[in-house]
Parts: sequence; structure tokens; C-alpha cells
Amino acid sequence: MIKKEMIAMLLAGGQGSRLGVLTQKVAKPAVSFGGKYRIIDFPLSNCINSGVDTVGVLTQYQPLRLNAHIGIGIPWDLDRNVGGVALLAPYESAKGSDWYSGTANAIFQNIEFIDTYNPDYVLILSGDHIYKMDYEVMLDYHKANKADVTIAVMPVPMEEASRFGIMITDETNRIVDFEEKPAHPRSNLASMGIYIFSWPVLREALMKLKDVPNCDFGMHVIPDCRDTGKRLFAYEFNGYWKDVGTLSSYWEANMELIDIIPEFNLYEEYWRIFTKSDIIPPQYISEKSHIERSIIGEGTEIYGTVVNSVIGSGVTIEEGAEVRDSIIMRESVIGAGTKITKAIVAEDVKIGKNCELGIGEFKESTYNKKVYNSDLVTIGEHTVIPDGVKVGKNTAIWGNTEAADYPDGMLQSGDAIVKAGV
Amino acid sequence: MRAVGIVLAGGNSKRMKELSNKRAIAAMPIAGSYRSIDFALSNMTNSRIQKVAVFTQYNSRSLNEHLSSSKWWDFGRKQGGMYVFTPTITAQSNDWYRGTADALYQNLTFLKNCHEPYVVIAAGDGVYKLDYNKVLEYHIEKKADITVVCRDAAAGEDVTRFGVVELNEDGRITQFDEKPMVAESNVYSCGIYVVRRRLLIELIERCAAEDRYDFVRDILVRYKSLKRIYAYKMEGYWSNIASVESYYKTNMDFLDKDIRNFFFREHPEIYTKVDDLPPAKYNPGANVKNSLVSSGCIINGAVENSVLFKKVYVGNNCVIKNSIILNDVYIGDNTVIENCIVESRDTIRANTTYIGKPDDVKIVIEKNERYTI
Repeated sequence: MIKKEMIAMLLAGGQGSRLGVLTQKVAKPAVSFGGKYRIIDFPLSNCINSGVDTVGVLTQYQPLRLNAHIGIGIPWDLDRNVGGVALLAPYESAKGSDWYSGTANAIFQNIEFIDTYNPDYVLILSGDHIYKMDYEVMLDYHKANKADVTIAVMPVPMEEASRFGIMITDETNRIVDFEEKPAHPRSNLASMGIYIFSWPVLREALMKLKDVPNCDFGMHVIPDCRDTGKRLFAYEFNGYWKDVGTLSSYWEANMELIDIIPEFNLYEEYWRIFTKSDIIPPQYISEKSHIERSIIGEGTEIYGTVVNSVIGSGVTIEEGAEVRDSIIMRESVIGAGTKITKAIVAEDVKIGKNCELGIGEFKESTYNKKVYNSDLVTIGEHTVIPDGVKVGKNTAIWGNTEAADYPDGMLQSGDAIVKAGV
Repeated sequence: MRAVGIVLAGGNSKRMKELSNKRAIAAMPIAGSYRSIDFALSNMTNSRIQKVAVFTQYNSRSLNEHLSSSKWWDFGRKQGGMYVFTPTITAQSNDWYRGTADALYQNLTFLKNCHEPYVVIAAGDGVYKLDYNKVLEYHIEKKADITVVCRDAAAGEDVTRFGVVELNEDGRITQFDEKPMVAESNVYSCGIYVVRRRLLIELIERCAAEDRYDFVRDILVRYKSLKRIYAYKMEGYWSNIASVESYYKTNMDFLDKDIRNFFFREHPEIYTKVDDLPPAKYNPGANVKNSLVSSGCIINGAVENSVLFKKVYVGNNCVIKNSIILNDVYIGDNTVIENCIVESRDTIRANTTYIGKPDDVKIVIEKNERYTI
């Protein structure tokens, strides 16, 4: 008989619309991170390092890259005879078909999958956080408290607490109340979106709430558990944890990796982060190059200058090019003489020669103020940028652009060119 | 593919000096990320050979670690797969492999049980890309009994450490001198052979009956007039790494853009065991020129015209020039290394200097205590 003590359900179906053109064709968990990884590598590696060998990955939005990346789970040792990784997309049933309408609804639609493994506990994870965490320790805590639900929380500065879901606990860490983005927070313990449920408790709640539209953990399941008197505990986590949901937090989290001894250290011997490594060769650094404070992925060839940047695998930075404070994802080419400051360049982008990106002054976005609100130049995947153009700050470019798309050879700060996928 | 592959990876060479103390030649690290045997294995898989036998003997532990899974080269298949044959004591024999032909003889059941009509035999110490199908086509076209992959020596190249062959106008080998004192010809063998499987079994059995053990001396040389042995001329890059000088040069060759593109960026790819190391990191003080740097490296000093293998740590104010630093080496601050090959897992103290000569590179082996940070 199949029996797993705890299985993980990893929510990876969201678009991550606040990442703008980076997630137009790819789900947020599949976005590159830290030179050679993708965001989902962090929770997946945490799972296997914690001894959780059965993971259901719930996909919905643009799953192709995610499917290709995860495959049968070989890079994470999640190719198992029993369990391993399973990609769970919404499916049609005799009664009809539904998309996953909310986080809890996605789990509800996969109750049968969970039942197959007959687990005592179910770990709910999001596919968009950067952290290293031992879920086994959290499970021990859950058991020691005889909890029904354990929610991982981290202390945040009081003045920032109103941006988070805040847990109010008693002296035994039992959660007595919680509030979503409170104006006047009563505590500084922010929910990290990581839950351990005793499966019978979660199953019962999901069945009970199955007709609630857009059924969500934070909005419906957790309040219901509180109202029915379940034992909810807060598990305090004090390590590095970063939500990379916005362009500036995504950029910052990447930049933190290049500190001399980064708070989030990828070089530690244990708790390795695994990923699908399909580019193997070493990187080549030429005679005329200059590199300072950067991390660089495999197979990349650098002939120019790279300062304070995170460069992915298989990238080419041509002679005389200068990349500063930027993220360049895999297999992109930066043309000779091009200067790039504070940009996020997605995968397989071709930037022509003698361009200047990230110049001028910040201007409010004319395209989408909610998403684009910093100095960053954001370039979507497979974009082509012609030779010699200038691009201002707080801009977005996506698609095969030509010289004619740049009036007077310039994209002004705050503007955007989106030619692909519309 | 109509052939089964054999990789001969059991050898040792005095010419490798201390570098072979702890590993087989086929396990020598190459070009930052690879091992020598990856080239033969990748050529096999890229030639769609599905069944490969690897013969190991000398320091086989080093290779077994690398070959712990066949999935990296896509050999983990239901039909075919990778077989590793290390000498074992059996009811019939308690001998080591006394030669390449003996290695095949001791595992003849493997060859007998195959159904593929041909065998491709390759050495594990060559760095090259070759589609063995092309050799096989040539072999069939020439109605050859054995085809030997050969090359024309470049001007000034010393070929006396190879098998030197003379050919007639049809490409048939008329003379074969193994490691001659003086080379009579400028065509030499790359140690890659195609032969019909049944013929190979016959030759190996006859060899064994006569107490002969070496494939080159006892088959190629002895049968050169009796059997139709042809030379297939290989173009493109090929290098044998079985001496310190050629090992050093082969690694340095990868600093050449064309050679790098040929192996790293052109189809088909070379595969190797993946180590899951983070990207290389350049801290303030790093100054890298014309070098290869592999994943997991952390650089704080100057590196020039060098090849850094995986997980090398270069301390502050170090100067590393014209050197090869093998896997997992820690180099303390203010150290100078020039014209050296630094053995893997070395720990080099701060403030030390190692200088070799351009024509006589120094092999550095330092097993100091390492304090992990």
C-alpha cells in the first residue's frame, strides 16, 4: 500500500502579472533567477533536501517552459518509483471543466491525487519565493504542537507590516487572529504562504468550501479553520526569504547574490539548489574584458565590461559592451559597444550594437504604472533591439523591434514598445 | 546504429607523471567542465550507438565515480545501455587485463551476446568530435576488415608516441609501426577502430589461444597483410591527452575561439556528469583575462591565460598565469602560480609561489589542511 507521511503541493499556476513583459509567455515560477536557476528550483530543492519526495506542481498559466523544465524531475532526484514530481494541470471531468479559480480550489480539484498517497500531512508551497527552508523541522513543530494547521511566518519591520498578511499569536505561538494588509498592524509576523495541514483537516475544509467562488487559502480556508476552532500555529522562520513578485524585488533579490558574502549563499556545501543544467561548458572571459562584483553562468562568453550584474548561461557580451547593475538571462546577446544600466533582459534577447539602455531621468510609466515604477528597463524574451537606439528609464520592450519603432532613435523614459503576443 | 561501442579506458601512462597517481587517463578533467572519456562517450551517443562497454582497470575508482550513472550520455535505455567492465576474479581466470585484446577476451560473452553487426572501438583519452557512422560507411564501401581512424600529422608534430601507418593509394594500410623510434610516415592512428563483430571475436579468440594480448601489436600489426585494414582520414580537431605536455596544450587550446565554438556551441554537444554548482562569482579584486572559468568558482584575484576547473577558490591578490587549476582547489591570498598544473582538491597556502617553465610545466600537489568557511 502506498503511504507518504507528507506530500507537497506547489502552486505554480499564477501569471505574476507584476513582472510585466517577463511573464507574458511564461509562468512566474519558470522565470530565470540567479544566473542559472529558475524560481521554482528553490521550493523544489527545498522539498528534496527536506526529504519530501512527492510533489504535485499545479500549473495553469503558460505552462510550457515549466513542463519542459521539470520533466520527470530528474535534476531534483524527484524521479521516483512511487511519488516523485507530478505536473497537475486543470482537466476536464464528466461534470464539466473548470480552471483553477483560486489557490484552495486548485488543491480541491486534486484531492484524488493527494488521496493516492494517503498522506498524514500536506505541505502547501508557492512557486515564487527565494529561500532555503527545512520543511521537516516545520513538520516536527507541527507534530509537537498537535497542530491542525501550521503557517510559516517571518518577522518583518513594523512599518512594513501593513503590506503583508499578519498573524497575531499567543505566548505558545498559537494563532489567535490574523489580518490581511492591516492599516494598523497588531503584530509583525508576516505569513510566508507556506502551510502544513493535517490532511483530514484540509480535506474536510476543502469539501465544505468547494462551492465558494475563487476559493483561496488566505481568504477562505484559514479563516474557516479558525472559525471551526482548529489548532493554528505560527512557525517562525528567521532565514532569508524573498518574494520576487515585483520587478524591483526580483531585481534586488538577484543583486543580493553578488555581495561578497551574500545573505542568501548559493555556495554553501549543504542544501544545494538543483536545476536542469543543459548548458555545460565553462565560461570564457576574454583579454579585453573587465568583470567586477558579478555572477556569471555556464557557457557565457564575455568580451566586454560587466559590473554589479547577474549574467545567465550561454550569454554573449561583445567587445566594448558595458553591462552595469543588470540581469541578463540565458542565451541573450549584447552587441558590441552597447551600454546597459539597470536593466532586466529576459532569455534569448538580441540587443544590437552601440545601443544605450537606461539613460535619462525616471518618468512615470505611460504604459502600466502598477508594474513599471522604478528605474528599470525591462526587456521580454526573444526581443530584438536594432543597432544604435537609446532607451530611457522605467521602460519596457517586447518583440521584434525595428529602428522605425524608436522615434528619433529613442524610447523615452516611461514609455514601452510591445509588439509580440498582442 | 548497427554498431556496439567499446571504450578502452583502463590505461595508465608514465608520460602523465604525478597526474595519473590518483586517476585513470580517461578520467582526466578537460576544458573546465569535462572528463576525457566524455568525448568518446558523447561521440558514441551522438552517432546513435545505444550499447557501450567501457573497459577500466588502472585507478578505476576515479572513472567509476564519473560513470556512476549512464543518464548523462543518454545511455540509460531499455535497449542497450552502458556496461562497465573492470577485471574480476572468476572461476576461469584471476588475471588483470594483460592488454587491450585480453580485456576484450575476458569479456567476450558481451560481444558474443550482442546482435549489432559492427563494433566501434575508441580510446578514452582522445579529445575530438566524430560521427562514427561516417567511418562505418567508409568501412563498408572499402569492404575493409578493419578500419583505423587516422590523421595526417601537422608540420613539426612528433608522431612517435602514436601508431604510425603507411598507406597505398586506395587507403589500405601497408605498414603499421607502433610508437616507432623514427617515423617513416606522417600518418598516424587515433586509436579508433571499426570492425565486424564476428571477425573481431574470431581474431580475439585466436589471439588468446596464442597467448597474445594486445590489439595493436598482435592484431593490427600482425594481420596487416592478411586482412584488409583501411585508414579513414579524420579532419577537424583531435588531440590525445596522454602526456603532460599534450594535456596542458589541449586544455589551453580551448582558449581559442574556433576550438571553443566547435566543441561548446556547434551541434552536436559533448555531455558530462552535471555537478549542480552555482554560477561563478567575481568579487572586487577579480581581474580575469583570456581564461576559462567553470561553475562554482569564486575569484578575488588576477587570472590570465588559464583554465579554472569547477569550484576553484582564488584568494585576494593572487596572480595565476598560464596555468591549469583542476577541480575543487583552494588558493590562499597573495599566491603566485605560473605555468603550473594544480592537482584537484589541493589546498594552497597563502603567500606561496609556484613557477614552472613554459616548456616544462610544473605539477603542483599540495595537501594542506583546509578550513572551510
